[in-house]
Amino acid sequence: MSALLEVSGVSVTFDGFRAINNLSFTIGPAEMRAVIGPNGAGKTTFMDIVTGKTKPDTGKVLWGEKSVSLLSLSEAQIARAGIGRKFQRPTVFEDQSVAENLVLALKSPRGPLAALRFALSGPGRDRVLDLAREVGLSDHLARKAGELSHGQKQWLEIAMLLAQEPRLLLVDEPAAGMTGVEREHTTAMLVEMARTRAVVVVEHDMDFVRRLNCKVTVLHEGSVLAEGSLDHVTSDPTVIDVYLGRG
Amino acid sequence: MTALSSVDKYPGGEPSGPPPVRGSGGEGAEPPGSAALAPRSFLARNPSVFWFLAILIGFTALVTVLSPALGAEVISTSFIKTLGKTLCLCLVALAMDVVWGYTGILSLGHMAFFALGGYMIGQWLMYARTEEIVLTSLAGTPIPPTAAEVAQGVATQIFGVVGSSEMPAIWSFAHSLPAQLALVVLVPGLLAFLFGWLAFRSRVTGVYLSILTQAMTLALSLYLFQNDSGLRGNNGLSGLQNLPGAAQIGQDRLSLWFFWASAAALALTYLLLAWALSGKFGSVLRAIRDDEARVRFLGYPVEAYKIFVFTGTAVLCGLAGALYYPQAGIINPAELAPIASIYLAVWVAIGGRGRLYGAVLGAVFVSLLSSWFTGGRAPSIPLGFYTVNWVDWWQVLLGLAFVLVTLFAPKGLGGLVDMAQKIRTPDRKGAPLGPDDGALQEREAQE
Repeated sequence: MSALLEVSGVSVTFDGFRAINNLSFTIGPAEMRAVIGPNGAGKTTFMDIVTGKTKPDTGKVLWGEKSVSLLSLSEAQIARAGIGRKFQRPTVFEDQSVAENLVLALKSPRGPLAALRFALSGPGRDRVLDLAREVGLSDHLARKAGELSHGQKQWLEIAMLLAQEPRLLLVDEPAAGMTGVEREHTTAMLVEMARTRAVVVVEHDMDFVRRLNCKVTVLHEGSVLAEGSLDHVTSDPTVIDVYLGRG
Repeated sequence: MTALSSVDKYPGGEPSGPPPVRGSGGEGAEPPGSAALAPRSFLARNPSVFWFLAILIGFTALVTVLSPALGAEVISTSFIKTLGKTLCLCLVALAMDVVWGYTGILSLGHMAFFALGGYMIGQWLMYARTEEIVLTSLAGTPIPPTAAEVAQGVATQIFGVVGSSEMPAIWSFAHSLPAQLALVVLVPGLLAFLFGWLAFRSRVTGVYLSILTQAMTLALSLYLFQNDSGLRGNNGLSGLQNLPGAAQIGQDRLSLWFFWASAAALALTYLLLAWALSGKFGSVLRAIRDDEARVRFLGYPVEAYKIFVFTGTAVLCGLAGALYYPQAGIINPAELAPIASIYLAVWVAIGGRGRLYGAVLGAVFVSLLSSWFTGGRAPSIPLGFYTVNWVDWWQVLLGLAFVLVTLFAPKGLGGLVDMAQKIRTPDRKGAPLGPDDGALQEREAQE
């Protein structure tokens, strides 16, 4: 199986603090991966590097069949290449309607002139309606996103992510602030997504990770500490030391 | 992509029956929520366009009928010029609203683009007019003047005030109206593009960007104040109200023509911007204003949008300037002092950011009020120990109004329109006000 994303030997330093230290990470085109680790392990910085927000000091980040380097691309170009990101805090455009939010995210040419000429096509409309139905926002399409509840905003953001049709999804703590039923639904959605694309989930909640039932990468002090099934990594003495030994 | 079709349970866990599945619930049944996405007509998306055009056309007709050009002496030629200039300022305010109200870039340099447009048309107006005068004065000489003599005469006439008789290189195209009209668009456009390219690509945002735009304006203004800038230093360009080759046409008619041209330009710009902003383009701009990092992660080239908007609005400002200064008659470097651009921001803030008619309301309201106060027509208030002279105190009043609007009425004058609409069409979500027909009716609720 060829890799969709290959991060190798990446290091980044902020003001002398080594946030990522010789990190290597590979994920295939249709794979689910959970990334866990204590606070400050470099989980968010790792996502920042892949999405182009942070440029690493050394190392390589290669993408897709042609092994394009992502380091020379801007955030927008990386997003267009097919990497979608969901932030921990729901970030939707609160001043715009749910429908407008979804149309913004809908896969389409992104330039200013293309946006001027843009008209929502029949298939595009159907897609927006399907996505809205999928996340239970059908009745709220005309409402401003700012009026939605916290949970509904999370759903809207997930729907926006799907509308982008990314090949790799980076999801930061998707279950934060969700009720039990919503968590179950999120799990089901993530598992379903991972059938056709790569999904990387950063999560603190071990129960949630267990339900995802996928390979787990443990980060610690900016590098990979262990990798394997959840049972495998949780029985690893170094992981136990990091998680429990420090108290 | 239908990979998720197996998980269509309502996430909130509301047991409101199975969600309707497309294609299985009868062909005629519209999926829920489709009304929010149904294509709507241009006017339905932009209810303000109809009212704006109606009021503008009515106003233009009224001014025309009352103008001295048609024999009525109700309003003076100079007042028609004031009105025409105000329409041009409305055009600039529209541009500022797009840049600031929609895209969130507080530019303090758009009046510089406006003045540059004025300078570009002013060069032709002044050159062609001076050439006429020189030709007339040389017509009496026994030997017909050569082209070089005429050019020398024009240069002496124009640049005598700055102690020069050389025609600077930037006047190379001044003899040609098409060339100078092209420069009206090109000079502000290229300057804005260059500035935007440097500033936006370096991700300068917020107050730092405002300071940069202000620095650009100030530098340009100081440069033009120099006599050797080639644009007559602090004298500026004058006599712009005289259209070359139209000496026999009176100012009363010319002023009306420019008034019409300004009104037409304003109407066309309003239509164009309403069209551009009501679609996805406007949606992207507002998204950039609210969270540009998020827009980047959606794949939009934010910098390209900013440069596009900054340059496009600069061109609009240049065109507005080219219409404004022939009505004003004179342009000098003080016109592009930073304070002019700050006033522009004040108009848009008082009128209401993020809505096109708000910018127009603000520009009309503040600039007409300003010319009333500063024109010496506002009565002074004697307080005994001190006399409030509005020419001096108007600025204080305006500053105070700006602070109050920013603090207490961020929607500006446009907020009044919202309030009025709430009374006329209360949002009852389709339900009647009371439990039955005999209950309080909407008409009564207004009172």
